[in-house]
Amino acid sequence: MRLSSCGSGFSRDALGEPRQKASRLKPLPQGALLRLLLVALLAFTGLVHAQAIEPMPFASHAQELRFQHLTRQLRCPMCQNETLADSNAPIARDLRNQIFQMMQQGKSDEQIKQYLVDRYSNYVLYDPPLNPGTWLLWFGPLLILMGGAGVVWMAIRKRDRGGRASPTIDSRSSNNGDDW
Amino acid sequence: MNRLLPFIAFMLLVALFGFGIWWNTQHDQNAIPSPLLNKPAPAFNLPKLYEPTQMVSKADLLGKPYLLNVFASWCIECGVEHPVLEAAGPSLGVRLVGYNYKDAPADAKRWLGEHGNPYDLLVADEPGHTAIDFGVYGAPESFLIDAKGVIRYKHIGPITPEVLAKELKPAIAAMLKETP
Repeated sequence: MRLSSCGSGFSRDALGEPRQKASRLKPLPQGALLRLLLVALLAFTGLVHAQAIEPMPFASHAQELRFQHLTRQLRCPMCQNETLADSNAPIARDLRNQIFQMMQQGKSDEQIKQYLVDRYSNYVLYDPPLNPGTWLLWFGPLLILMGGAGVVWMAIRKRDRGGRASPTIDSRSSNNGDDW
Repeated sequence: MNRLLPFIAFMLLVALFGFGIWWNTQHDQNAIPSPLLNKPAPAFNLPKLYEPTQMVSKADLLGKPYLLNVFASWCIECGVEHPVLEAAGPSLGVRLVGYNYKDAPADAKRWLGEHGNPYDLLVADEPGHTAIDFGVYGAPESFLIDAKGVIRYKHIGPITPEVLAKELKPAIAAMLKETP
């Protein structure tokens, strides 16, 4: 990991404090403790959202929705299991700002995506395009499935033929199958 | 033979998983292949770190190859890479250009004061906008740029003695052979 943190680092702080409080007020009944923890968890989710999506001066609510929709389809190059919308990595913030600026300039979603692909390759797209470089990605599972189907089909044919020719061999081989 | 079949299938699966583990140790899983490889480096115009009033552009650096090394004082692994660059710098055969990324100039200068300054030239990109054009998403990253301004090689993560010997030096040698 090249950057020290992908997440916000807030989880420990936000949960830690209420927990300490709870332990200080030890004679609390269990229900109250649970309630406190739940409140702490709620506060924690609020904090993360407040930090991940910093307020931006959107021209309209529609533009804000478009921004959120677009950044959810894009992957953060630093933290590759997070979307640009969710990530707290510095590069994700910079790219969110860049996307915001491009939206103000009237760029379309396609133009913005192309801008990012030109710099960070198809990795930034959660839905990679169909081209010669991604054929294996798209059709690989299908190939494996077809290979499996082929094996099954051959096994069935072999058993069918074997069954018609000499049923004794067939029953012996199926006994072997039960042994395992 | 039929008895051995499940065992063979099992061994094939073991081999597949073994290959997967081996493969994942062979490359940096966070490294995104740059779409800019073997393409002209993006145009830039950045201030020098020590003389912020003087700007350095891509055109200024054309004519001789250079290694553009993205670093920052907040980047932990840059400290790992730094001694390697200091030792190898003069023998690289190309100029070493430091690209100070998203850093306060005072922090960068202090860091260079502590760790030493192997760079022939230092540019600063405090906002990190130009770095997006280079597809930078963290530090350290290094770009080998030839005399015509084409990116010939990119390394993501610290340049270790191994990377230096096995990748960077051969890349420089191949480039110098082609266009001395």
